[in-house]
Amino acid sequence: MKLFVTTILIAAAVAAQAQNVTVKGSDTMVILGQKWAETYMKEHSGTTVQVTGGGSGTGIAALLNGSTDICNASRPMKPSETADFVKKFKVRPHEYKMCLDGLSVYVSKDNSIEKLSFSQLEAIFTGKITNWKAVGGPDLAISLYGRENSSGTYEFFKEHVLNKKDFAASTKTMPGTAAVIQGVAQDKGGIGYGGIAYAEGVKAIKVSKTDDGEAIEPKEATVLNGTYPISRYLFCFVSPVKDNGAVAAYIGWCLSDEGQAVVKNVGYFPLPKNMR
Amino acid sequence: MKIRDWRSVAFTGATGLATFCIVAMVVVILGNIVWDGAAQMSLRFIFGGTSEGMFDAQKAGVFPMIFGTVALVVLMTIGVVPVGVITAVYLTEYARHESLITRVIRGAINNLAGVPSIVFGLFGLGFFVQFVGGGIDKVFFGGQLHYAKPALIWAAATMAVLTLPVVIVATEEALRAVPHGFREGSLALGATKLETIWKVVLPQALPGILTGAILAVGRGAGEVAPIMFTGAAYYLAHLPKGPTDQFMHLGYHVFVLSTQSPDIERTKPILYGTVLVLLLLTFLLNLTAVLVRAGIRAKLRAANG
Amino acid sequence: MTEKQPVETRRGDAGVAPASLSRTDLGAAIIRKRSRPGEWLAERGIFAVSLSSIVMIFLIFAFVGREALPVILGQTSNARTQKPLTPDEATKLPADKLAKYIGVSVSELKGYDAETLKTLVELKAEELAQVSNTDSRINTTSWQKMFQPHRWLGYDKPEYIWQPTSEIPKYNCIPLFIGSLKATLVALLFSVPLGVAAAIYVSQLASPKVREIVKPTIELLSGIPSVVLGFFALIVLATILQTIFHYSSRLNALVGGIALGLAVIPVIFTIAEDALTSVPKSYSQAALALGAAPWQVAWQVVLPAALPGVFAACILGFGRAMGETMIVLMASGNASIVSASILDSCRTITATIAAELAEVVFGGAHYRILFLLGTLLFAVTFVTNLVGEMIVHRLKARLEGA
Repeated sequence: MKLFVTTILIAAAVAAQAQNVTVKGSDTMVILGQKWAETYMKEHSGTTVQVTGGGSGTGIAALLNGSTDICNASRPMKPSETADFVKKFKVRPHEYKMCLDGLSVYVSKDNSIEKLSFSQLEAIFTGKITNWKAVGGPDLAISLYGRENSSGTYEFFKEHVLNKKDFAASTKTMPGTAAVIQGVAQDKGGIGYGGIAYAEGVKAIKVSKTDDGEAIEPKEATVLNGTYPISRYLFCFVSPVKDNGAVAAYIGWCLSDEGQAVVKNVGYFPLPKNMR
Repeated sequence: MKIRDWRSVAFTGATGLATFCIVAMVVVILGNIVWDGAAQMSLRFIFGGTSEGMFDAQKAGVFPMIFGTVALVVLMTIGVVPVGVITAVYLTEYARHESLITRVIRGAINNLAGVPSIVFGLFGLGFFVQFVGGGIDKVFFGGQLHYAKPALIWAAATMAVLTLPVVIVATEEALRAVPHGFREGSLALGATKLETIWKVVLPQALPGILTGAILAVGRGAGEVAPIMFTGAAYYLAHLPKGPTDQFMHLGYHVFVLSTQSPDIERTKPILYGTVLVLLLLTFLLNLTAVLVRAGIRAKLRAANG
Repeated sequence: MTEKQPVETRRGDAGVAPASLSRTDLGAAIIRKRSRPGEWLAERGIFAVSLSSIVMIFLIFAFVGREALPVILGQTSNARTQKPLTPDEATKLPADKLAKYIGVSVSELKGYDAETLKTLVELKAEELAQVSNTDSRINTTSWQKMFQPHRWLGYDKPEYIWQPTSEIPKYNCIPLFIGSLKATLVALLFSVPLGVAAAIYVSQLASPKVREIVKPTIELLSGIPSVVLGFFALIVLATILQTIFHYSSRLNALVGGIALGLAVIPVIFTIAEDALTSVPKSYSQAALALGAAPWQVAWQVVLPAALPGVFAACILGFGRAMGETMIVLMASGNASIVSASILDSCRTITATIAAELAEVVFGGAHYRILFLLGTLLFAVTFVTNLVGEMIVHRLKARLEGA
């Protein structure tokens, strides 16, 4: 009898400790989030981590109505989104930078162009320059490839490279980076952008921030030391009221050496030590 | 006479060529998919999950998508078959042929069949997820979020509305094929009209009703646009545990793989494999329906003379 | 009449009356049974359920339209005319003005402590500081901005622009209409000749053996899910067409349109074939008896008689092509350009809804405009279906009469 009661009590205690963490948000980060969750659950059997995608916006909405503990986002929260959060919870959400992601600019392998500056990229993607000749390339019409306007990649590129100007209407918008690469690979005049890890079958060109600045090749070392100009952080947002216990432990682990090792496997770049 | 012969050959040749082109295109499409997809087929692929990464051709499987698709169509069938069959019963057994209400119902069914699938998606989001789901949450959970989010059950409900015309049309055909003598005999023996329908007409029409359900399932398994906002998930590590969970879907997975894959060449085998599984699923269902229906039509011809 | 019957007569299995009943009893039993209240209720129930299709059509229109209503009525505005305020200035404002400034109700405002208020004022200032040009004063969700060209800052001339996530969101729907029409036009140019010719061949000229191969093949084609056709267009067809025609952009209205045509062929073939077969045999027999060749009968007698049906097939095919989503989303390139060339990419209404709805703020202007597009789409297909069905109905009535 005594044993029976003890067993029940222990079972109840274990059940109470079994924690559930839900993660929702950016499709860019689903694979990363999933790998994190798997590795974490292997070591911490008391916690279940559930990861779903849907997009950065969806994740932020879910954070707002309380249906997720952690929101993955490939862009910072907009002031209006933060304001909605503050209106409901009276505090700002906690923002964690999780890792670095570099965006490459791809052209066709047949294209002789090697480097472009931000101002040239801006002119190309806003439609001011329509022939490769104008930036020192072959006499060939430029054909633009980009991402859907719902993607974090689209917003990031627009804000940081295009100075918030609109993409040219002739930009073919692809639902994923794979489609961008496929398009550029088979289009001699094509140019597109996407994650660094992806560039197969296309040429990733060097990029300089200013016209006379040094053009930097997109690779791990240049992203990590901050010289490559088109890199961004990937974020997690957490509601301060929930930022304790299992959730805090999980985020803390993701930012540890072990968590950051997973980042590398998935094709992103770990945060510099001083930023964690 | 000579000129006429030439024109005859040209006309027959041109129309025949068009027919041949269509058949050839179907053969090319299916051949391409079967050829490239067969290489990926294995028990591991069909019963494997995505927990080891969904873009890895050696490890990824499609079981969660098959499970999600089947769960979706089962729930959908539970919703759509009773409504569809009852409507068909009304139209064939009760309604007067040319009355205004019959014509309006028929018009509505035809129109429902023509509504674009993306509009069903908007409708599912606006009506089921936000209005019905939101209503349930407000009434039973005091505003906590349980039902007002994309879920298996809302996707199934949306699909049920989409496939309603399919079930109605197939059932109607089956009911018409039941000879009038059966009904008259039953009525003459003292059964009421409802008893006649329930115990004589419907059992006779059962194969046809099944056809309708199968056709609906075939249609429901392949449609993607209506479930994009009402329940399908881009990626899930676990199978859905209940009707309020999201689910992975074969068709949606084809879309995800062909557009979001990190390396299209490397993931092509999974893509072709998934397409083949989806096609086999829908074709086997459609084929069954076609065969059953052919039997019913033969019976109908026999019954009518 | 309404008295309860004995149990054994009420429950006749499959209508088999108990042997103990005499003929007159049977007749009386039938009459009694017919007036049972339970049965009457069940019949009402059946009738009520059969109205579900009508109810659903109504609900679809109501709920898709409901979300779009504020835009249709011109009640939405995203014009930003406020000046950013510093926290000090804000605290001096009267409560109702401050509540309006940060976008909450007065009662909600009273629930906030000073720290929360300060945060909200800061965030509002940050939001307003992001945009500070004259375009931010424009309400881009007005009818005029949605359908007429406008010269935006940074553009050389008035243009039709769909840029819904821009700093200044631009919701001009014209590029999407053009995109939908372009893809549909290519689809019809591809599928109408093929579908109608095949229908003529199969219904008039082919041997029964050919018919037995072709008809199931086309049923097979109509059974291919559209996402599979989209996949095929994206992975295989786009490459084939690009190798043949040597154009630069891989995904364009041509690829999307042809793939769309594959989805439309079964619709056109089925309806056209149906119309052609329903032309009475007496027509063709009379013509054959007068010495006409089979192809002349098909071309000069049967086709003219069934022409409204063929026309209806095109209309219904048009409706199907306008409403198809996955194919164009995957294969048409999705650039919102105003251009007449079919070798340019195009962005259709359906693809726009599918690509953008997942990430919009629910209840926001962008969300409502996507529902507006859905409503328009629904209206277009509703009308095409109605017209198409009406033509087929009339044709059948006429041919059966003759």
